[in-house]
Amino acid sequence: MRFLIALLSILPFGALAEAAQPEAGGLGLQPAATRIMERLHGFHAYLLVIITVITLFVLALIIWVCVRYNKRSNPVPRKFSHNTLIEIVWTVVPVLILVAIAGPSFSNLFYQENEPDLEVISSGNGDDPNIYPAAAEKGWVTFKAQGNQWNWTYSFPDQLDGSGYPVEFVSNGLQHGLAKDVTDLSTGPRNLAVDYPLVLPVNRYVRYQTAASDVIHSFAMPAFGIKTDAVPGRLNEGWFLVEEEGTYYGQCSELCGKDHAYMPIEVRVVSQEVFDTWIERLKAGEFEAAFDGLDDTATATTAEPMDAPTRLAQAQ
Amino acid sequence: MAMDQVSVAHDDHEHDHKPGFFTRWFLSTNHKDIGTLYLIFALCAGIVGYTLSGLIRWELAEPGIGPLTGLMEYFGYSGDQAVEHAKHFYNVVITYHGLIMIFFMVMPALIGGFGNWFVPLMIGAPDMAFPRMNNISFWLTAAAFVMACISMLLPGTGDFLGFGGGWVLYPPLSSATGHPGPSMDLLILSLHTAGIASILGAINFIVTILNMRAPGMTLHKMPLFAWSVLVTAVLLLLALPVLAGALTMLLTDRNFGSQFFDPSGGGDPIMFQHLFWFFGHPEVYIMILPAFGIISHIVSTFSKKPVFGYLGMAYAMVSIGAIGFIVWAHHMYTVGMPSDMKAYFVAATMVIAVPTGIKIFSWIATMWGGSIDFEVPMVWAIGFIFLFTVGGVTGVVLANAGIDHVLHDTYYVVAHFHYVLSLGAVFGLFAAWYYWFEKMFGIKYNKTIGYAHFWTMFIGSNLLFFPQHFLGLNGMPRRYIDYADGFATWHFWSSMGYAVTLVATTIFFVGVIEALVRRRKGVANPWGEGATTLEWTLSSPPPFHQFNELPEVKPESHH
Repeated sequence: MRFLIALLSILPFGALAEAAQPEAGGLGLQPAATRIMERLHGFHAYLLVIITVITLFVLALIIWVCVRYNKRSNPVPRKFSHNTLIEIVWTVVPVLILVAIAGPSFSNLFYQENEPDLEVISSGNGDDPNIYPAAAEKGWVTFKAQGNQWNWTYSFPDQLDGSGYPVEFVSNGLQHGLAKDVTDLSTGPRNLAVDYPLVLPVNRYVRYQTAASDVIHSFAMPAFGIKTDAVPGRLNEGWFLVEEEGTYYGQCSELCGKDHAYMPIEVRVVSQEVFDTWIERLKAGEFEAAFDGLDDTATATTAEPMDAPTRLAQAQ
Repeated sequence: MAMDQVSVAHDDHEHDHKPGFFTRWFLSTNHKDIGTLYLIFALCAGIVGYTLSGLIRWELAEPGIGPLTGLMEYFGYSGDQAVEHAKHFYNVVITYHGLIMIFFMVMPALIGGFGNWFVPLMIGAPDMAFPRMNNISFWLTAAAFVMACISMLLPGTGDFLGFGGGWVLYPPLSSATGHPGPSMDLLILSLHTAGIASILGAINFIVTILNMRAPGMTLHKMPLFAWSVLVTAVLLLLALPVLAGALTMLLTDRNFGSQFFDPSGGGDPIMFQHLFWFFGHPEVYIMILPAFGIISHIVSTFSKKPVFGYLGMAYAMVSIGAIGFIVWAHHMYTVGMPSDMKAYFVAATMVIAVPTGIKIFSWIATMWGGSIDFEVPMVWAIGFIFLFTVGGVTGVVLANAGIDHVLHDTYYVVAHFHYVLSLGAVFGLFAAWYYWFEKMFGIKYNKTIGYAHFWTMFIGSNLLFFPQHFLGLNGMPRRYIDYADGFATWHFWSSMGYAVTLVATTIFFVGVIEALVRRRKGVANPWGEGATTLEWTLSSPPPFHQFNELPEVKPESHH
């Protein structure tokens, strides 16, 4: 049963071009959906080589001394206890390795930390893979994720409804570990899918803010390479730009009490047109229509979503 | 410290009578007896902490909430009520697993147990400087443990029992917002008490080491274990008052209307995190430094060679301790700090890899050219060196704030700190146990059982923790009772690893019981020429009072 569930979870769900979510037996980072994460992929691969070489080197040394200097192969121990040269080497070489790590580390850190200046970027050249002049011309899309025990409230501070209030809605996880939970996987992956997902346009600079209403939560999207705590009394900020449409999943990443495991984050990244329709309907107060319309456009463009038995059959 | 310089004749003098049972074990002022008490205490607390981790792995072996719901049904809850209680109970379990393992297992065993036993013996002192203070340190620790256990059974929030906010105790989850019940208040009292015990112990060690070394033993001739305990004690003395301050502020926030950590009154929850980690980061070195000292002695003893680069080793520990105080915010990369501040903490954190590397390479250089005897403690020490390296390099990965934005609060972090603590500090503990068992108790253990314990533990703990790197990279958050189905594979293998360590732990206790039943008489120095520190000049077990006539360390003798 366990492996069946595991197998199920690697299948694409519904209409999604890309399902960024944990993979059964996965060994590495989730696929990157943003430039931030793409750069982290590269940096992590680089670090992985360095740390693997160091670990294997230490292991080789240990094996060597165990083979060469055990009491049978070397009955008479030597008595030296100093060697200035080697001590300098094993101090300086690690320093050099750390310097080699620090370079890309800082450049990645500042890339993700410093909010891009869209005016500068829109006038920049298109060859730089780190910037998106066409997207910069359209300006920022800003949303706020507020963590509550135990769900997320999303709002768009720039998108005001008829009475002048920002568009806002609450997003709950579909599962709570209870017997009455939906077990139909066609509604989305267990523990990741939500009732009302956050919807964002593709290829736009997105500025996100995090806040909390009770205890500390953390807004984390592994595929985007972001994780920002939602702290009461603070407004934290960050940015990303998703390059591909799809459904992406994240989970609350700061222990927040009983249902910490049951406040997932689902982000639907859609075309600008779909996003515009969605946000207009929200502004008009047509809440259900907005999210239903989302499903319509999604299913219209791709194959019919499979029901659970079909998917199970395919898995075997 | 060559042993021929020390007369053993004075050890078995006729006044070596011991007090009666109650006086000896409940009013003890003898450093060896108090050390034994600490070790027994740490074993008991270790069983509790290890059982809690068993509940975690049992629950996480399969997706969904299973075993803990069953447990709650056993306690009389039914249906959804049982599930809700299971969810809170899981948070309680992870919280107390962490606190008990840190404050009541690793610290009492390494510092209270082996530190008390062997620091005076190694520096040629008759006892600790303040024997009565030593006694109260132990009993405060024991009282703190009892309070921690009771606090698991008091109301935490609503009708849920115990505090389930993680060992880091972050407010507002630990303040009246998250856990208004008395559980958290008793837990604060428990940690205060444990902290006082540790501060008293630290003062005792510092005074003992600075004032009571045998004639001729300068600081630069002092055995590395004594060095490691000295550095640890200084860290304790500087770090614990900060924790005490943070806990007191939390206590007054909860009960007396102050708002240190409450934003509605102008406070800031992040300030607690800064205070906590200013204590918390030195705390992780407090747990590993004594193990460093122990490993140095074992490697030197069984390679029959003096420690390579003795001064470098001692000052590597000093610098690890010093740098440990200026890196704390690498635990907080995601709280919303300025990027320049993160950059500073990245740089400072990576610097620690340098003295740590010096230690790893010096241990290998100590073995290089030696005549290695693979006795039981030595295989544990070699296991320690390799596993600590694995935990160390993932620490370098996590030091980088950019990557940490992805890996923070995932199982990658869990794997990292269990490699340095569960496979580092704990392997150091077992190495010390097998190294000094005969010395402490005067009986021999069965070596075959010792090797069997090592290999099952090595395989089990690697199977337990290595897959957690994959889980973390793939996005599995910490402190989750249930997970997305994609994580099931590696969680299953991780739990299998726990099952193997369960076999290992059973073998360990079989070994202890076997040794206690058979009572094979131990010798003063079972390890031969490589064992050069002063404790091996005494009988096994050492006399109730040792060094009535102080040993003298000759100027030319090496360390």
